[in-house]
Amino acid sequence: MKLTLSSSPHQRTPRDTGQVMRLVIYAMLPGLALQWYFFGWGVIVQAILAVLAAIVTEAAVLTLRGKNIRHAVSDFSAVLTALLLAVSLPPLLPWWMTVIGAVFAIAIVKQVYGGLGYNMFNPAMVAYVMLLISFPAAMTMWMPPQTLAASTVNLGDTLSVIFTGFSNAGYDVTQLRTDWDGVTMATPLDAVKTGLTQGLTYSETLNMPVFSGAFAASLGAGWAWVSLAYAAGGLALLRLRVINWHIPVSMLASVVVVSLLIHLINQDHYASPLFHLFNGSVMLGAFFIATDPVSASTTNKGRLIFGGLIGFWVVIVRTFGGYPDAVAFAVIIMNMAVPLIDYYTRPRTYGHHSHVRSGKGKRP
Amino acid sequence: MNDYQDLTWQGLWKNNPALVQLLGLCPLLAVTATLINGLGLGLATTLVLIGSNITVSAVRHWVRNEIRIPVFVMIIAAFVTVIQLLMNAFTYQLYLALGIFIPLIVTNCAIIGRAEAFASKNAMLPAAYDGLVMGLGFTLVLMLLGGIREILGAGTLLSGADRLFGSIAHDWKFTLFATEQPFLLAILPPGAFLGMGLLIAAKNTIDANLAKRRQPAQQQVTRARVTAES
Repeated sequence: MKLTLSSSPHQRTPRDTGQVMRLVIYAMLPGLALQWYFFGWGVIVQAILAVLAAIVTEAAVLTLRGKNIRHAVSDFSAVLTALLLAVSLPPLLPWWMTVIGAVFAIAIVKQVYGGLGYNMFNPAMVAYVMLLISFPAAMTMWMPPQTLAASTVNLGDTLSVIFTGFSNAGYDVTQLRTDWDGVTMATPLDAVKTGLTQGLTYSETLNMPVFSGAFAASLGAGWAWVSLAYAAGGLALLRLRVINWHIPVSMLASVVVVSLLIHLINQDHYASPLFHLFNGSVMLGAFFIATDPVSASTTNKGRLIFGGLIGFWVVIVRTFGGYPDAVAFAVIIMNMAVPLIDYYTRPRTYGHHSHVRSGKGKRP
Repeated sequence: MNDYQDLTWQGLWKNNPALVQLLGLCPLLAVTATLINGLGLGLATTLVLIGSNITVSAVRHWVRNEIRIPVFVMIIAAFVTVIQLLMNAFTYQLYLALGIFIPLIVTNCAIIGRAEAFASKNAMLPAAYDGLVMGLGFTLVLMLLGGIREILGAGTLLSGADRLFGSIAHDWKFTLFATEQPFLLAILPPGAFLGMGLLIAAKNTIDANLAKRRQPAQQQVTRARVTAES
């Protein structure tokens, strides 16, 4: 009889990495579909571009490193990274910016640090921030939701704008996102931020056209539905036990608490918790980005701290920072804090005292 | 001349102040947004290195060990002041562009490192030559990093050459590609860190490849000797 000897952990997980990644991708699909419905074909084109670029980069870097390409590419982690990046990008971003972002995410943020499982930062978010600080103008050119837009952009025009910079009729992105009456429609976060700097009160900014047509006053028309779809996908992931509840719950709770406190201080200046929850990428971030098993904290107590501080930074940076949305910045800041959090929240080994307090009562 | 060949090899490649010793990173990362800025600071650093190495080597027998560091710093500071005044007089635009990083050459560890590690132990001529090649090695890295960042960030090369070379260099700048949306990351500080990291990685890769190529050849030689003896 042959006895197999192996080191711990002895309990095998029922799913391998590829299955987990595929489940997360499936859970993103409702949100992706709604983004396509509200923001047009650009979302799909960006997703395809990013996924292709990510897979090619992954294969190229793995070849350089002399690793098994098929094994690493078939775990779908590069596809998930590319999708998370693509849904964060403005739908009509020039194609080469998307490609640069995907290549940067995979080659620099993931593979240079040692590949899947070794990357310190969330690749999609670092690539997004890289694009945001490199191309600030292009990265903030969001189209108005198609339900509110005067004219919609069809597939042919979308491809033409993404690859050549101009639609078939010769309009560029700035002209396309400007309504026929010359009014550009910003994202809800942008609208409120700009309105507040122009001296409007918070409730006055909510009268802007971007807030019409949603089911609550402070929600942007398309964005709230997209957020709900991502939240639904995230709840499915929780149900399937792909992610733990700690990070999403603590992050959302912290967003609510911090924004409520700030909102109560001055209701004219600071947005309400509902506004913070359902605009921008908080839902996507809470369920899909902050829960990345590689770059998040690994202990349960640590996950609560990690998620809670991400929520804190989201509200603080959104309210007082220069950029309208802050999920990417918050995730990156907290990625840096993960080693420290993990150090102080190491679980107690059975039969031992907690290592942090071990100075007080060491067992003889 | 074998010593001088070795010094050249050490300064330009094997012990390059920027890529291997990782000294003087502060100016290296801060001013290399364009090739000309890199070249200007590199030349200034090289001149200071040569001057300080010669002087430190000349006074090495009279400086007591306990006070050598203050003496070295004062010598370096004197040369930096000379260079700063010269740049202020002859290349005023470049002087403005480099700003605080010219006086900060005093604190460049590459310079005091060479004074401590080489010049204070060697004769004047080798010390001067060491200063020259170390400075050139530093300058080459500054130019390479500046060139990469300038191409990526602005699509140009040699912009502002007239700041360093005077009015004859007005049309030296050439544009590789024109873009309305420059890759700002390359010009911002993170681009310097990323570019530097990639340069170091490239250097290490080249070294590893060289070592791999040399390895089998050496093995064959030893084996041949063994069979000849037996």
